[in-house]
Amino acid sequence: MPASPGGRPPRAGTAAGGSGGSSSRAGAAPKPVRDGVLLGLAVGVSGLAFGAAAVSAGLTVWQTCALSLLAYTGASQFALAGTIAAGGSLVAGAAGAILLGSRNSLYSLRLSGLLQVRGAARLLAAVGVTDESTALALAQPDNAAARTGFFATFASLYLTWNAATLAGAIGAGKIGSPQSFGLDVIGPAAFLALIWPRLAAGWTERGVAAGGAAIAIAATPLLPPGAPIILAGSAALAGTLASRPVSAP
Amino acid sequence: MTGAWIAVLVTAAGCYALKLAGLTVPERLLRNARLRRFAELVPVALLAALVAVQAGAKGSSLVFDPARLAGLAAAVIALMLRAPFLVVILAAAGTAAGLRLAGIG
Repeated sequence: MPASPGGRPPRAGTAAGGSGGSSSRAGAAPKPVRDGVLLGLAVGVSGLAFGAAAVSAGLTVWQTCALSLLAYTGASQFALAGTIAAGGSLVAGAAGAILLGSRNSLYSLRLSGLLQVRGAARLLAAVGVTDESTALALAQPDNAAARTGFFATFASLYLTWNAATLAGAIGAGKIGSPQSFGLDVIGPAAFLALIWPRLAAGWTERGVAAGGAAIAIAATPLLPPGAPIILAGSAALAGTLASRPVSAP
Repeated sequence: MTGAWIAVLVTAAGCYALKLAGLTVPERLLRNARLRRFAELVPVALLAALVAVQAGAKGSSLVFDPARLAGLAAAVIALMLRAPFLVVILAAAGTAAGLRLAGIG
């Protein structure tokens, strides 16, 4: 896909379809870098809440930081801290946290074709697979921009999330509620902004998004937290079957 | 605290293995059109589910939080006006924070 000399590349294009023809011309920073760094900063701040929650649950500051450095997936980390805080067993806490992490497998399955990483780069890239880096990579118009966006988000979010975790763990109980700053809305608003271009791609995408949202809401009162998100993946299965006439060879 | 350390390290190892697993699938599998389409649609379904749950749930219960919903509505309006990413985020967080400051939600 040659870079269009005048305007921006079409954002609604398929991220998988491009052959990597991104060109950053002089002037404004390439969108994947700017947006990735901003996303990492905005979402990473909620590491404050995790750090505070984990220490309040009874983990030490070092254990709290080890989770953010090594597990580096917010939902799983909150799940482990939450189970410990609720007096649940450590085995149940770890099992629930790992189950919650299974959606990252589906993300990395999607990303493997875009990132094309091998060897040590693959071992490093695996650390960075999160909701945020996946969403930002998929919002890009071609493979090269997707790769750049993925690593920009990874770097920014990893640093911010871990710094915020440490600050939250040390300052547990001293900071105000993250909600009073509207921090709890940043995550969903960012995800919405990032799947927006995908929704413009076609009716199948819109149907899958609506189906996934409906399934997750319906299942929320019935299943432990996190499980409804995994279950929403079945909307993607339905969408795959529905789009058979288009994508079958 | 040894038990807690084991739980922390097992969780970290499990979460990492799950991330790595999807990146190590053989490339020929991804040439399958059906599987590729599925992999394309999975993030759309999961991220939309995350938006819905983060908007309307707390733990296992559905909640109605006017400030949170108004924040997301502001994000939708900003997106329809083709606002840049940062403006979308600021509109959402600012709306929620403002309403809570005013004692709503």
